[in-house]
Amino acid sequence: MAETATHTDHAADHGHHSSTGLSNNKLAMWLFLGSECLLFGGLISTYMLYRGRVQDGPHPSQIYDIPFTSVSSFVLLMSSLTMVLAVTSAQRNDDNRTNLWLTVTALLGATFVGGQVYEFTTFYREGLGFTTSLFSSSFYSLTGFHGVHVSVGVIMLLSTMGIIKRNRITGNKSEVVELVGLYWHFVDIVWIVIFTLIYLIPS
Amino acid sequence: MAIIERPSSEVTTPAVVAPSQALGAIRRPVATKGWREWLFTVDHKKIGIMYGVVAMVFFIVGGVEALLIRLQLALPDGRILSADQYNQMFTMHATTMIFLFAMPMAGAFANYFLPLQIGARDVAFPRLNALSLWLLIAGGLILNASWFLGGAADGGWFMYAPNSGPVFSPSNGVDFWVLGLQIAGIASLIGSINLIVTVLNMRAPGMTLMKMPVFTWMILVVQFLLVFSLPVITVALVLLMFQRSYGATFFDVSQGADPLLWQHLFWIFGHPEVYVLILPGFGIISEVLPTFSRKPLFGYPFVVFSGASIGLVGFGVWAHHMFAAGLGPVSVAVFSISTMAIAIPTGIKIFNWLLTMWGGKIWYTTAMKFAIGLVVLFTIGGLSGVTHSVAPSDTQQTDTYYIVAHFHYVLFGGMVFGLFSGFYYWWPKVFGKLLNEKLGSWNFWFMVIGMNLTFGPMHILGLQGQPRRMYVWTEARAGEGLFNLGFWNMVSSIGSFILAIGVLFFLINIVITARNGKQAPADPWDARTLEWLATSPPKEHNFDRIPVVHHLDEFFHRKYEEDPNTHTMRQIATGEELIRAEEAAADSDIHLPGPSYWPLVLAIGVGVLGLGVVYGTPVMVFGAAVVLLASFGWVLEPSVPEAIDYASPDGDGHSKEIATHG
Repeated sequence: MAETATHTDHAADHGHHSSTGLSNNKLAMWLFLGSECLLFGGLISTYMLYRGRVQDGPHPSQIYDIPFTSVSSFVLLMSSLTMVLAVTSAQRNDDNRTNLWLTVTALLGATFVGGQVYEFTTFYREGLGFTTSLFSSSFYSLTGFHGVHVSVGVIMLLSTMGIIKRNRITGNKSEVVELVGLYWHFVDIVWIVIFTLIYLIPS
Repeated sequence: MAIIERPSSEVTTPAVVAPSQALGAIRRPVATKGWREWLFTVDHKKIGIMYGVVAMVFFIVGGVEALLIRLQLALPDGRILSADQYNQMFTMHATTMIFLFAMPMAGAFANYFLPLQIGARDVAFPRLNALSLWLLIAGGLILNASWFLGGAADGGWFMYAPNSGPVFSPSNGVDFWVLGLQIAGIASLIGSINLIVTVLNMRAPGMTLMKMPVFTWMILVVQFLLVFSLPVITVALVLLMFQRSYGATFFDVSQGADPLLWQHLFWIFGHPEVYVLILPGFGIISEVLPTFSRKPLFGYPFVVFSGASIGLVGFGVWAHHMFAAGLGPVSVAVFSISTMAIAIPTGIKIFNWLLTMWGGKIWYTTAMKFAIGLVVLFTIGGLSGVTHSVAPSDTQQTDTYYIVAHFHYVLFGGMVFGLFSGFYYWWPKVFGKLLNEKLGSWNFWFMVIGMNLTFGPMHILGLQGQPRRMYVWTEARAGEGLFNLGFWNMVSSIGSFILAIGVLFFLINIVITARNGKQAPADPWDARTLEWLATSPPKEHNFDRIPVVHHLDEFFHRKYEEDPNTHTMRQIATGEELIRAEEAAADSDIHLPGPSYWPLVLAIGVGVLGLGVVYGTPVMVFGAAVVLLASFGWVLEPSVPEAIDYASPDGDGHSKEIATHG
């Protein structure tokens, strides 16, 4: 088993040492997340610019249900905890627990996405369509982009679990879980910023 | 499945054989000949060449567009193009040259030479590298398909609102433009992450950051610029897409939108992009000038750090594109000063290049001529650039031909001359043949004269007030004497054709060289950096053994040694001897990544997904399904070779073999 791992490690970086000590995959993930910061930066700036421009549509304070969103935010934050548990299980080479925590994380993430879908439908019924106002367009763009990121994360979690279960992982298993974890934590942290700026600070 | 150096017979248990079970759903492609070899390759050298070919094709497309523009403006009341066609022509000329020629051509050099310069056998993520290429091609095709599907984008390359809106751009051109650029942007983003990881993580032992060749350094800076500027344009493009295709009003001022939002988002990307374009050229001539001056680069750390600081300050000057927008005195002052400040590191570089040549035994090859051309022409463009940092003067010049003159001097005189210098310098490395120097000389002089005739008069035209995007001018308003617009427009148009002939000489040179060019010696220029330690053209695995680096300009220091008494350099080995020594000490069982279907499939999926925005949800769903399928195929593809991949261990121990099984 250990020997196989060495082989795959070896193959993953094409027989090279790594000059920084970080693996290629992890360095790439950090760079990608750095890039994502600016993606969300652009969307958040747009929202901040337009949040007061409601035209004939509802005003943010009229439609936001802060207790509901606080609960779904709490669910998302807790998923970071279960993600950490999945990573440590993977590092201990405990496949069963890794899969368990990956599933729980994915479920929590899916709950958050479900909450967002519910929130969007409610807002829509209350008269806030995507094209209602500049505020609504920028609100749906920003939170929608985040929702897509969470959904992609859920797919990644479930796929990782499936691949581990069928023992088809190529490369270092605990690192793969860790990389998914990095992405997942990033999406969570972005949500903290979005939640604070959109819901908690009155416009 | 992978391409592998045959293990030598002493190796009883192959060191890198994988677990026995094939993990993937579909086996990896193993074709070694014909079109399959290129379509499914993950070799950074083949991908680099394909980048070069694609970029060259778009260079010609963009060049033809430019010639049509100049034909239209050569005489008063031009009738070659209608106003609408003219708008499409200049928009697509700029977009093509920037996104489909300049960036991919720099990408071609980066892809090919980065691993070679740092002593690596490939990039960090070979399959992602192939994906970048195919996504770029998908983006380029979508952009240019608009010509045949109802008209190309016509809002100018920075696509300000309201020009980008449906009132002024009713055709699908802008939609294709938005999609094409988004896809090309994803390609660049993936490529930049890949190259950064390659440079940071895969340097040969001993190659510290301050021993890296300057070209590698500049490319590294460029990739950081891309990683942090591309997401901003992506946001702008996505918002514009939501506006055009899904009814949002982000940039519609009549609906209460902020007219400056697009401008800020665009230029926060757009200005770093300017340095994305020019820094590779700087990197190339920082290799060429020392080689042909036969001196080390003067002030290596200054060249490196000024390049890095250009990159850093480049993020803080974007609003100088918006002085005419009325930002208020404080913003204007801040951006004026930061713009002036960026001239400092640029000036440092110019002086370093001059001092590199100073006292050197200069060898006037074509590559060297282009490099010197860059220094001169870029300096002219840089000086007119400094005049733009003075906001009152810039407000006068905004959207006149003066601006057009400026950016063509820095981009054509700077970047394109750098790339051409690179062609002549590295052609023997890539293809094993020397480009014809005599034709090269014709190529150079036609381009220099043509470019100055084309873009020089634009300074005068601009200061006389000829607007940048005017599609026709009339004799009645052309003015008198030395400042007659008609005369200078004619000079400029004639110049553009001389320039085109210069480029034609290059294309002829390629054909002649390919047919019966001189076989290049191993080290034709007495070069200084590691890529010349590989054979020409390099073997599939680049280096027979991974070099251990002790010096900046490692290859030079392996050839020459300082005489302790006279303090002069004396030759201790030729390049050819060094390469032969490497071959004799070659590593056995070198593992290279295997070819893959998935980059191509994934790129097609992304392209179809994008077209779905224009052609409706079913197309989009189909594209998304292909993307999802390809992603899983990608993840599940066996990443390690199997025993069957090794050819039988008889025969000579070191010849490269590709397993033919499968």
